[in-house]
Amino acid sequence: MASSGCLVSEQKPNGFDFDLCKRNAWLEKQGLQTLKPWSTGTTICGVVYKDGVVLGADTRSTAGETVADKNCEKIHYMAPNIYCCGAGTAADTENVTGMISSQLELHRFRTNRESRVVTSLTLLKSHLFRYQGYISAALVLGGVDCKGPHLFTVFPHGSTDALPFCTMGSGSLNAMAVYESGYKEDMSKAEAMELTKRAIRAGIFNDLGSGSNVDLCVITSEGAEYLRNVDMPNPRTFTAVPKPFARGTTPVLKSKELRVPSLESRVTIESQEGDVATAMDTT
Amino acid sequence: MIPHCQLPSHIATGPHVSPFVSSPSHAGRAEDLHVPSSGSSAPFSVAPSADHAEASAGAEPRKHTTYPYVTGNSVLAIKYKDGVLMAADMLGAYGSTKRYKSVQRILRVNDTTIVGASGEISDFQYISNLLDELMTQDFCYDDGCTMTPKEVHAYLCRVMYNRRNKMDPLWNSLVVAGVDKTSGSFVGSVGMLGTSYTDSHVATSFGNHLSRPLFREFQRDDMSLEEAVSLMQEALRVLFYRDKTSINKYVLAKVESSGVAISKPFALDTKWDLKAFVNPSKHAVGSW
Repeated sequence: MASSGCLVSEQKPNGFDFDLCKRNAWLEKQGLQTLKPWSTGTTICGVVYKDGVVLGADTRSTAGETVADKNCEKIHYMAPNIYCCGAGTAADTENVTGMISSQLELHRFRTNRESRVVTSLTLLKSHLFRYQGYISAALVLGGVDCKGPHLFTVFPHGSTDALPFCTMGSGSLNAMAVYESGYKEDMSKAEAMELTKRAIRAGIFNDLGSGSNVDLCVITSEGAEYLRNVDMPNPRTFTAVPKPFARGTTPVLKSKELRVPSLESRVTIESQEGDVATAMDTT
Repeated sequence: MIPHCQLPSHIATGPHVSPFVSSPSHAGRAEDLHVPSSGSSAPFSVAPSADHAEASAGAEPRKHTTYPYVTGNSVLAIKYKDGVLMAADMLGAYGSTKRYKSVQRILRVNDTTIVGASGEISDFQYISNLLDELMTQDFCYDDGCTMTPKEVHAYLCRVMYNRRNKMDPLWNSLVVAGVDKTSGSFVGSVGMLGTSYTDSHVATSFGNHLSRPLFREFQRDDMSLEEAVSLMQEALRVLFYRDKTSINKYVLAKVESSGVAISKPFALDTKWDLKAFVNPSKHAVGSW
């Protein structure tokens, strides 16, 4: 249909462009060093109890084999009654949860109602599915709405599960062992919190990708309670700068006093106005 | 109370298709493999032989054990007040098929020692023969003392490490446990690379991830037998829930100063009827 000879503007479809993936894979095979994404090698978990949901997360963020952030926040705000823990690439989890959180807020303004957990679930899963797993975000989504407490897991490819208890991240097996042996139906808030703390601690002490402290978030129909660093089982017990030793700790064998001559007696500062003026003249 | 395990007729009689026909990289279980991932999918393949005769004949490069076929999964062992406890299930899996359901993976070596193996079952059978020869030799010495668990562990360490050095490993993670009158309880492990250590509790395969956290939290050297059995059963139950190649048929072995006792196969109670599992997509249509 190019009648006038000019190019018809191509409307590129929205979404991720996968054209370069094959080339990138080939380049990596040739030895190209790509930037390693900051991954939250992580333990995150959640459990539904009698009146609501308890979410838990560790606080270690890794870049390859180094710990990038010793006390990062993995429990993200989605809505006043919905919180989401994220494992996988830190940038992906932060931005995906932030984006869906904004969409939920706009939706709340439109509908004038409290957000439902399934709304955030559907928004997250359809977004992640569109990107076919390239957005590496594995999430534990929990909240309480008019239909009761809900807990879901979202996988990077976009599949979801509705579960009474779930764990994600590199420490998920360690935390799952604790959950499987300790879960009871209709637990109290204290029992659920203690079980979640134990599960995250299992991840912290048995998985190298997880560490530092335990964050908890308790959500009920009344609202959400974000308990940052509720448990700190890895305190810093050493001092960064050692105390200086007192004088006399080491025995003095020999001492020699050197007299440092005062510089003022050596250097004479002569001030000559003429010289200064010409030196300063830059015209 | 063993569930009636009968193999379905088409597996018992029909033709077998090897699960490894299409892609060898999916075969078996990486048995506690600490080898850094190289380009090749078979970590133990040997480079083409330097023999001129073979090379000129265009022969295939000599390959040794590259992956396991019939495998056993986790073995767990803990110390308690009066001795040691070891548990394993009775499954010999052929890839993802649950092929052999009565494989005894815990072996009584002598009155003071038991050995459990996960990984390739044929290699474990070979190791059993070696240990049998060792015990026969020990008996023939007729010197009044039997091999201690520590000595059996040291022997197995050397066997495994030497095979690894020949690039032809025995594809097992072994657990050695026992009680010696003079030195007390012993629990140790040897891997297919020859990596060995001793500790108060040991787990192989999936037990590393699922059972170790429970052992680290609850195991104490002064536990009573009831507490130890209860902890072991809890660990086995979690493994049955979360390890896909596992069955609900276990053997528990106990060593005290009085000797070795290996239980008959038993099954554990499991709970599958949680309310939340009944209709998971009730509130989230399209979710599982």
